Amino acid sequence: MSTIVTNAPFIGVAALACVGLYIMLAQRNLIKIVMGITIFESAVNLFLVSLGYRNEGIAPIFTNATGTHMVLPVPQALTLTSIVIGVATTALMLTFIVLIYRHTGETDAKKSRRVKG
Amino acid sequence: MTRKVVIGLTMVIVGMMLFAVALMMRPFGEPVSVMDDYIIENTQQVTGANNAVSAVVFDWRGYDTLGEATVLFTAVTAVVMLLRKRKDEAPE
Amino acid sequence: MMSKVVRTITRLMTPAILVFGLYVIMHGHVTSGGGFQGGAVFASAAALLLVAFGSDRIKDHMRIPDLTVISASGALVFIGAGFAGIATTFFYNLFVGSAIFGHVPEFGPAHEDIWTGGVIPIMNIGVALNVVAGLTAVMVVMAITSSKTGDGE
Repeated sequence: MSTIVTNAPFIGVAALACVGLYIMLAQRNLIKIVMGITIFESAVNLFLVSLGYRNEGIAPIFTNATGTHMVLPVPQALTLTSIVIGVATTALMLTFIVLIYRHTGETDAKKSRRVKG
Repeated sequence: MTRKVVIGLTMVIVGMMLFAVALMMRPFGEPVSVMDDYIIENTQQVTGANNAVSAVVFDWRGYDTLGEATVLFTAVTAVVMLLRKRKDEAPE
Repeated sequence: MMSKVVRTITRLMTPAILVFGLYVIMHGHVTSGGGFQGGAVFASAAALLLVAFGSDRIKDHMRIPDLTVISASGALVFIGAGFAGIATTFFYNLFVGSAIFGHVPEFGPAHEDIWTGGVIPIMNIGVALNVVAGLTAVMVVMAITSSKTGDGE
């Protein structure tokens, strides 16, 4: 029982990942599939940040600090890179949806499978 | 009908695996930190910055930032190129 | 084009958002922040202008060729700051201890000093220019595509 209370951020990551995976598998509208991908990326970023926490630690900044027992800085830097790459991928996916709608006239994932002309 | 069965089975298996791993991980708050102890000790002498996260992003791991700036630049170029005005539209 | 209340509040809030974004960019090596975070705050002012005034009035002031020049020059500043120390290795921090941005603090809690950091403030400015111009260009292009007189249906 105490493991559930101690490891609560990791259980939150598992729940978010399950929600994102279900949306990606079961929806038919293209924009809702993109939303599912974004939720899954948020789960991965939360996992990266919560790997680097130390008990009773302060932010890893030396300006006006109150000690030197700090949280790990490397997972925060990797999460920054991951968020920016997620933004770039989402922008490109939405552009493809605009082009598919212009070409075939509908936003259903099953009906716009044939590639004509 | 069979699509719903396959989706349900996948979600049950993957969900059980994820929750089992979440309960078996290291306790939250006690990470392995050999590299980060070295970085916190030596940041102010080697890079001269007071912010450890900025020093890690731009100095200790500068190649990752170079790759990320390249990905962002390429994605913006691709979006601007794909959404141009078509030449055979009605004249405005 | 939204109502008069929205347009007036936007005219009052945009300088405050731009100054806050510039503060987050310039103090990246002293407190939290840096190039990517400050660039996103700066580009959110452009998003506010696009929503409040409509893309017909805004697209004459933020032209795509000018934004491309700003984005490319920001990436060039970042790469140039990496090549400056090529005598030792790529990305060598060669301004530590010298005249430009060269104070070296000792280990432990320190006072606020903006003249620390070496090459890091220059890299912050380069990355911020790249991010601001990139996000603004994506938003302007998408707004033009989905308006009634653009290419939208």
